[in-house]
Amino acid sequence: MTTPRTTAAGERSDLFITPGHLACPGCGATLAMQWVLSVLGKDTVLGLPACCFSIISGAFPHTPMNVNLVHTAFETGAALATGLKAGLEATGRGDAHVVSWVGDGGTFDIGLQALSGAAERNEDIIYVCYDNEAYMNTGNQRSSATPRFARTTTSPTGETMHKKDIMAIMAAHGIPYAAGASISHPDDLIAKVERAKDIRGTRFLHILVACPTGWRMPSDMTITAARLAVESGIFPLIEIEDGERTTVNYLPEEKIPVSEYLAVQGRFSGISEDDIADLQRWVDEKWERLLKTADVAGP
Amino acid sequence: MKQLLEGNHAVSMGVLRSRVQVIPAYPITPQTHISELLAQFTSDGTMDARYIKVESEHSAMAACIGAATAGARTFTATSSQGLALMHEMLHWAAGGRLPIVMACVNRTLGSPWNIWNDQSDSMAQRDAGWLQFYCENNQDCVDSVLLAYAVTERVYTPAMIILDAFILSHTTEPVDVPDEKQADSFLPKLVNPHAIDLGTPRAFSPVVAPDHFTEVKYRQFDAARRALSVIDEEHKKFADIFGREYQSVEAYHTEDAEVVIAACGAVCGTIRAAVDRLREKNIPAGMLKIRTFRPFPVNLIRSALSGAKALFVLDKSVTPGLGGPLAQEMRAALYDTDTHPRIVGAVAGLGGRDITVDLVAEAVEDISKMKDIPEPLFLGLKQEADKS
Repeated sequence: MTTPRTTAAGERSDLFITPGHLACPGCGATLAMQWVLSVLGKDTVLGLPACCFSIISGAFPHTPMNVNLVHTAFETGAALATGLKAGLEATGRGDAHVVSWVGDGGTFDIGLQALSGAAERNEDIIYVCYDNEAYMNTGNQRSSATPRFARTTTSPTGETMHKKDIMAIMAAHGIPYAAGASISHPDDLIAKVERAKDIRGTRFLHILVACPTGWRMPSDMTITAARLAVESGIFPLIEIEDGERTTVNYLPEEKIPVSEYLAVQGRFSGISEDDIADLQRWVDEKWERLLKTADVAGP
Repeated sequence: MKQLLEGNHAVSMGVLRSRVQVIPAYPITPQTHISELLAQFTSDGTMDARYIKVESEHSAMAACIGAATAGARTFTATSSQGLALMHEMLHWAAGGRLPIVMACVNRTLGSPWNIWNDQSDSMAQRDAGWLQFYCENNQDCVDSVLLAYAVTERVYTPAMIILDAFILSHTTEPVDVPDEKQADSFLPKLVNPHAIDLGTPRAFSPVVAPDHFTEVKYRQFDAARRALSVIDEEHKKFADIFGREYQSVEAYHTEDAEVVIAACGAVCGTIRAAVDRLREKNIPAGMLKIRTFRPFPVNLIRSALSGAKALFVLDKSVTPGLGGPLAQEMRAALYDTDTHPRIVGAVAGLGGRDITVDLVAEAVEDISKMKDIPEPLFLGLKQEADKS
């Protein structure tokens, strides 16, 4: 059974993840899942390595998902999706969308080799990295997607390294489409899934999903935090086509100071003024570099 | 029609005749000739299949799992370090009850580096939940691919066909490649009712909590156990169509044998000759070839050995701190019998060292004279090994 719902654009769609799932209150990942599937539809097969969604999607004999969902081991998101697509093609169902739905640990760290392999082969898959910036499923350990100065259980005095530039890595593979999106900007997110849907080859969607549990903030702050990430420029909404043409899809009228983004999250509590200034410099430098090489989408 | 084929290419021909649809593969010596020929077949149109040039063996098995979950007939091949790298996904495939066939070309595991033959790689995966079939010759290699699909697609337990590196993989023998019509009649198109159905959303391999997990594992166990009779049925069906007979356990002169030599794989050819030589010297020897190692054919082994006084188990791998794996399995199988024979576990052929007819025949002769036989008995061990 699917339950009718209304999208932000006012169109009826199906509910692809039903109430009863096991996400934490305020989970940004479930919102991302709902938006992505609302575009791709029921002829979608999800490949799911170990991540928050392994748990969110429930234990046998229940599933809240209204599409086929294939669980797999941590580092195999892109390799499993490769096989799923090949198997569906071999059985006359090559039109189905195969989506690799992978967390930041499974993308930036343990699954990067398989992702690179699939991207290099230009496998016909949509790879979604839903990024909550740490190993949240195992209780908030740092990943290479964790921003500098964030406190996790394995960076208790603050992360020492800056976040890995996964978009640059994916762009270097020359894949037809890579995009950064945020749950705070659903129209942009939906537009990007629509674009990805119509392209063949490897499509990479990097979606920032704020995580109240891991980011240590109230569960009603999910959208706010995700929005501040975009408005501060620490998570730009961009598209990269064929690894070459970069577009900034959303240009804040004026970038807000990154401190406003940090302030709503407990994971940055106790950060020094020097460290905030350091992070601000890093964000500004990246932002300037981006604007030098990218087009800016019209309003 | 007979062709001269190396063991690796015999496997490739078996894959061609099985009309495999998806082949994710990664190169490793000594397996590479299998996947190279399949890459050729899929490139020149001989074979209608997708050959996926994955970036590791781990991804090869993950891609096999995806393709098999979607319902495609799926194959890969590997050896040694590649099989070890796959270890995690071997369990995933078996737990997912996926009818995947893989060829393992037996090569030892490092360290130290060694590309030559022994059975350390496949034996190390004996608890991964895969059926294991050990080939003795190149005819066996081509036939075993078809047989493995026939079995795995009935019991939904993945199957490994195993051939000794170089001894079979790179050695040419005359092989009767099944013709297409006969192969198709033996192995019909795969229709897996458990595969993805786009109209019926399901979760594959989800979290299963303690209240159901034991039952899931019991079903997996039961399928592997039931596989033994399915293997027997498919052997008979195969013999009817192709005229070639296979058995899970094959006996050679065991009827009146006082000492029986047991082993897996190509070394059984050497052991046959050793048995003949021992019989020339009036030593009533016999051989038991264990073709099906998983499931372990306990009852067949018990009945085949009911008259033997001594059992000489030849392992081509060793578990440090215990002994040869086949010897341990044979001991366990025979412990509860009334007439269980004296069992000597021997280890030979590690890292490609030749196992000769003399080595086996002399070792079997010697055990009757030896009082304290070490466990395991390393055949042909050089004295330098004692200077640690």
